[in-house]
Amino acid sequence: MTVLDMQEVSVTLGDTKVLENISLHVKEGEFVSILGPSGAGKSTIFRLLTGDLDQYGGRICCHGQPITPGKQTFSFMPQRDALMPWRKILDNVTLGLEVQGVSRKEARAQVSPLLDEFGLAGFEHYYPAQLSGGMRQRAALLRTVAQGRAVQLLDEPFGALDALTRTQMQTWFEARWQKAHWSTLLVTHDVREAVALSDRIYVLSARPARIIAEVTVPAPRPRMGSPIPDSSYALEAQLLTILLTQTGQNG
Amino acid sequence: MSVSSPHRMNKMWARSVPAVVSVFSAFVIWEIYVHVSQISPLILPAPSRVLEQMWLNREMLWKNTTPTIQATLAGFSLSLVVAFALSILLDFMPRVRRALFPIFVVSQTLPLVAIAPLVVLWFGFDLTPKILLIALVTFFPMLVALVDGYDSTDSDIESLLRSMGASRVRVFRSARLPSAMPYFFAGLRISITYAVVAAIFAEYVGARAGLGIVILNAKNNFRPDLVLAAVVISSMLTLLLFVVSVLIQRQLLRWRDAGEGQ
Repeated sequence: MTVLDMQEVSVTLGDTKVLENISLHVKEGEFVSILGPSGAGKSTIFRLLTGDLDQYGGRICCHGQPITPGKQTFSFMPQRDALMPWRKILDNVTLGLEVQGVSRKEARAQVSPLLDEFGLAGFEHYYPAQLSGGMRQRAALLRTVAQGRAVQLLDEPFGALDALTRTQMQTWFEARWQKAHWSTLLVTHDVREAVALSDRIYVLSARPARIIAEVTVPAPRPRMGSPIPDSSYALEAQLLTILLTQTGQNG
Repeated sequence: MSVSSPHRMNKMWARSVPAVVSVFSAFVIWEIYVHVSQISPLILPAPSRVLEQMWLNREMLWKNTTPTIQATLAGFSLSLVVAFALSILLDFMPRVRRALFPIFVVSQTLPLVAIAPLVVLWFGFDLTPKILLIALVTFFPMLVALVDGYDSTDSDIESLLRSMGASRVRVFRSARLPSAMPYFFAGLRISITYAVVAAIFAEYVGARAGLGIVILNAKNNFRPDLVLAAVVISSMLTLLLFVVSVLIQRQLLRWRDAGEGQ
């Protein structure tokens, strides 16, 4: 069943055409990535989905219903963790529920059982500044999924981490995802990350962004931690070639 | 957070040693100079004489200190409320901000020497003109600090909140206000050092009692020792307010100390 469905969505900001006829969908429990050169308009797609931008052509539906401005349908994880430095970890991860009007006590009760899985048990009462980058990112992810929205929108969530921590986080994340099967839309420019984590990948062109390729990743899961299969290598090479031609056009 | 408090106290003492030594030596040099030069106490009284006179006149000084404390606290409270209310108004209405901000800036260019007698003329010898003058002098640093503090909010946090469906009020309460707190306390510390001085000045221009009146009378009676006694009390009041504000800041902004030394 399709959770998120974008049909021929176009966006023009000022005089610049940013998105051109973008059609994509995410099925229930599916992990979909959007891969594109930087500045292509990946984050514009997220701005549409979070309601930050409401001038567009085309249709965006969730569970078959057009999304309405002012009513949140998806939860969003920004590139930097955006944890509030003045809130303890526990109060940071319950933020989304609090904004939804859930009482603090109830929000804490909902989130508490998840702390352990997210490697944050025992750190609830720490401030973000006291945690490592990986832990902060896990807290940001918990804050995202705790909102219980239809689709998790992840904007390069591992981009700011060092290489080692990133691999650890991807491994951890794949394990969590396999258990929970959140419907996920990931934006990234890291080909290896996209191939490693996704069921399906859309490739965006340079601006104005169009979808120039859609591929399915056949490799069995879990993929992280085991040797990369030849099919994935081939896919990575193919995607990289497509992306490089795009950046080439741009100069 | 993990720093134990006795350790912290020790560190604070160790850090304040140079200040204590320098202040103390200044007084010692002053005392020695007065004794060696045999200068008249009508011109420059020694610190020991100032302390002696403080003790001898303690009742009179105390009677005149309470109105100053009252005026300072009342004026500063008003200033705090006005600064907060205005800052919120200005944050929610950028137009009003552009309209009113120049007026606030101009209010800070008015020379107190000229304004204070006028305010006394308009509002009499009671508490009102003092409260107004203190508020006039102290609200601006706090207002500027708050307005700048709101603008310092991490835009990622704001867009995150909006993506969660937060209203403008919610974004203000959950992100902009807490982001402004470190700025606010910086402004508060500046303001608070002006408060007592403004109160004394307002009294000096026209009042029935207060440290300002003590200073005025002592000056007219050629009693520099009593002038200095009032000055010492006024300094101590300011220092006390300063310390209180620092303690409140420590308590409210504990998150800023978190993560230090990690």
